[in-house]
Amino acid sequence: MTNDEFNETFALSQFLPGPNTINFSVVFGSRFGGVAGAAVALLGLVGPPLVIVTILGVLYERYGDVETLGHILSGVASAAAGLLIASVAKMASPMFMREWNSGPPVAILAFIGVAIMHWPLPYVFLGLAPIAVALAWFKR
Amino acid sequence: MSQNPLWTLFSLFAVLSLLAVGGANAAIPEMHRVAVDVMHWMTDKQFADMFAISQLSPGPNVIIVALIGYHVAGLAGAAVAITAMVVPTCVLAYFVARTWDRFKDARWRVAVQQGFVPVSLGLIAASAAVLARAADHNVYAALITLATAATAFWTRVNPLWVFLIAGVLGFARLV
Repeated sequence: MTNDEFNETFALSQFLPGPNTINFSVVFGSRFGGVAGAAVALLGLVGPPLVIVTILGVLYERYGDVETLGHILSGVASAAAGLLIASVAKMASPMFMREWNSGPPVAILAFIGVAIMHWPLPYVFLGLAPIAVALAWFKR
Repeated sequence: MSQNPLWTLFSLFAVLSLLAVGGANAAIPEMHRVAVDVMHWMTDKQFADMFAISQLSPGPNVIIVALIGYHVAGLAGAAVAITAMVVPTCVLAYFVARTWDRFKDARWRVAVQQGFVPVSLGLIAASAAVLARAADHNVYAALITLATAATAFWTRVNPLWVFLIAGVLGFARLV
């Protein structure tokens, strides 16, 4: 795979909805071996982590009530929320620092709909995505 | 709500598979809404714990759906959840990849991609808010969140170190 092919595959997996790494593995695998290649790439990416996380899930269901474990996971969960805030800030700063086009209002509306109004994601997405795409279409 | 939980898991994650622009992290609020608020499958604390476990595990973030599925319906639940979350988007990816060359430079393709960027940003921001609300039930927990956010934003520290420190603080009963 050349650099250009990689960038192309990456752009395509960013374009698709759903988990990006999963999409990447399918597009990558299908380039080499069609359906079988896609399936092998997907299984290679998801299979081993799935076994590990399922074992952790079994342990959690059995020992999740243990007080000490609960406290440790609480600490990690708070940190994980912080990491997500940092990646949101990194994504938001270029968009909000540049001149205000349609981007920030759309992002803020999506946030309000899901985080504050607690509307179902499909409604927010189907209501907002067509408007956002239309705004991008007419931008230039 | 007497329907089969496997069916509920399947329909939840199959829809998210196709609507989660921005990846698994954009889908967290909807998973939380259904699993905690609507179906009462678990508490806020359990949901936050599962997110923490999925972050500690190797591999893509999307594997949190296996934890939710396992909690709801055992191994069958885990299998249904991950299948529903992965297969629809993979089928779409496969067919789009075969026709990509025909429309990759089309104006609508660029507009769709650019239009989705702020939507996914808003959804991931909502994920951060939902998780912080679920995880931070005292001042110390909120401080860990803020300190982690600042550290990750301004430095390049490996997140595993942050998790280790936060876990130790939890072990010390600070959160």
